[in-house]
Amino acid sequence: MAREEVGMVTSLEDAISRQTHGHPLSWLTSRQTFWVFLAAVIACVTLSLVTDTFATERNLFNVTRNFAFVGIVALGMTAVIIIGGIDLSVGSVVVLSAMVTGMTMAAGYPIYLAVPLALAASLAVGLFNGVMVAFLKVPPFVVTLGVLSVARSLAMVLSDNKMVYQFGPDHQALLTLGGGSTLGIPHPVYFLVVLALGTGYFFRWTRWGRHIFAIGGNEQAATLTGIPVRSVKISVYMFASLMAGITGVLEVGWLGGVTTNLGQSMELSVIAAAVIGGANLAGGIGTAFGAVVGAALIEVIRNSLILLGISTFWQGTFVGSFIIIAVLFDRLRVSRAND
Amino acid sequence: MSTPPASAPLVEMRNISKRFGGVHAVDDVSVDLYPGEVVGLLGHNGAGKSTLIKMLAGAYPADSGEIYISGEKVAIETPRDARRYGIETIYQTLALADNLDAPANLFLGRELRTSLGLLDDDAMEHEARAVLHRLNPNFKNIKDPVKNMSGGQRQSVAIARAILFNAKILIMDEPTAALGPQETAMVAELIKQLKKEGIGIFLISHDLHDVFDLSDRVSVMKNGRLVGTRDTSKVTKDEVLGMIILGKLPEEETPEELAELH
Ligand SMILES: Nc1ncnc2c1ncn2[C@@H]1O[C@H](COP(=O)(O)OP(=O)(O)OP(=O)(O)O)[C@@H](O)[C@H]1O
Ligand SMILES: [Mg+2]
Repeated sequence: MAREEVGMVTSLEDAISRQTHGHPLSWLTSRQTFWVFLAAVIACVTLSLVTDTFATERNLFNVTRNFAFVGIVALGMTAVIIIGGIDLSVGSVVVLSAMVTGMTMAAGYPIYLAVPLALAASLAVGLFNGVMVAFLKVPPFVVTLGVLSVARSLAMVLSDNKMVYQFGPDHQALLTLGGGSTLGIPHPVYFLVVLALGTGYFFRWTRWGRHIFAIGGNEQAATLTGIPVRSVKISVYMFASLMAGITGVLEVGWLGGVTTNLGQSMELSVIAAAVIGGANLAGGIGTAFGAVVGAALIEVIRNSLILLGISTFWQGTFVGSFIIIAVLFDRLRVSRAND
Repeated sequence: MSTPPASAPLVEMRNISKRFGGVHAVDDVSVDLYPGEVVGLLGHNGAGKSTLIKMLAGAYPADSGEIYISGEKVAIETPRDARRYGIETIYQTLALADNLDAPANLFLGRELRTSLGLLDDDAMEHEARAVLHRLNPNFKNIKDPVKNMSGGQRQSVAIARAILFNAKILIMDEPTAALGPQETAMVAELIKQLKKEGIGIFLISHDLHDVFDLSDRVSVMKNGRLVGTRDTSKVTKDEVLGMIILGKLPEEETPEELAELH
């Protein structure tokens, strides 16, 4: 009898504890992602009601495409933030990649040569970032801030700071790749969907994914359990640069030309997207889906400023405030959890 | 003098030294460990116990000295090297990734994978449950991030990780510091069982009684140096206390000095 009672109590306790804190972490993050998602939907609905310009095909097309660019780069940024790092160089990698693509094609080379070259240049930047952070222990903020300057400067040198808008024999292919659409959906959105699913899958189901979360959670523990921390870090910075590189290629196609101010201060929107999407700047937490949702919210808000006739000069204020508010919420959550 | 068992030593650390800047954390220390033996490492805070065993665990290289495993000289430069020699470590700091759950922590760096190369979460969870229940039958929330667990549960996870992979040599740095009396008894039981299986164990603990109950020999450190090693059965707790506090061997300790300790 007594034994049975004990059994009852433990299973009840078990049930309750499973209910209340089954997966507090994923629950919390998914909750933040959920709220952000909801906010984006509400913003969309409100905008459709109060303006007659938002829900037009043309505008939605633009919004989704723009958000795809930020979203793709935010996937890479999320990985970097998960390992407790930061990558300020992504905007400059976008322009470097775009410029390498544009210059190579302008010189008459085919697109299937130009794109791999651009991606290789991007990966080289990521490799440099990663080696500096992982082996030479330079703080990521410092390394990537330096590279932010260097990569953009290289793009300027490469192009002599001129606009490139003639892309040789494969001109049309490039424009279709980044600027075209299939079934009414802009091509960059397809890239975002595939890359986001792939990233989410890698985060969840591979050793690499497990290891980046471990490094962000406790780097020393990761080292002591034999995780190759340095090579994982390098791979993460290369992944972030690759995402920026892909975005660069798509953006040239969309714009039909490259100037050296492409991607300027993009790192802020991207970091904001990742953080709003639940990535924790302290490391160890973040999701691919969150990055996408964060990017969507930022783009919708940016778009609403334009449609509501508010000066676009306010954009920076919004993006910056978002980063601060998201981090602040996180602090509150942590301090409440510690009470 | 101490009389170690007759078989070949499982571990021999010879003349190991390690400095951190100006601090001589470990200074010319030699210890050894035989199969099926528990050697207790004792000493005050900062005596150098953790630093010594971290060099065996591959956490950092020794400045000088040699390590022999089963009579063979080895170079242990990384935690991977140590694991390859069958050395498993329960770190004083536990070395857990707080954001991950218990199975993820148990298999960190050695994740089980499906035939497709993907993480085999089911298998890892299954094994984690089995080993954690052995240590703590009330362990329910193993899928929680370990940061939401009690100190005792976290320690259980760290212990489970060390015994999961068929260690030959086990390093336990304060394995029971966060455990309640019941769980501590469970760990004592575990140590006796592992001993029977022929595993050699370095046991670091502040609890002199525990060490006396469980270890065959005790090695005492003070200020980075080895005071001495004695068979547990041939010394009294007071004499060992004297070694820890005075840094003197039992034969050098005077009755007056020992009386002072109380
Ligand atoms: N990573 C490090 N960097 C600098 N000094 C260190 C480091 N690790 C240990 N020390 C120093 O080395 C000495 C020995 O420390 P150690 O942690 O090995 O002692 P311990 O015997 O394990 O102590 P405790 O009982 O408190 O765990 C101490 O003076 C400590 O401050
Ligand atoms: Mg210690």
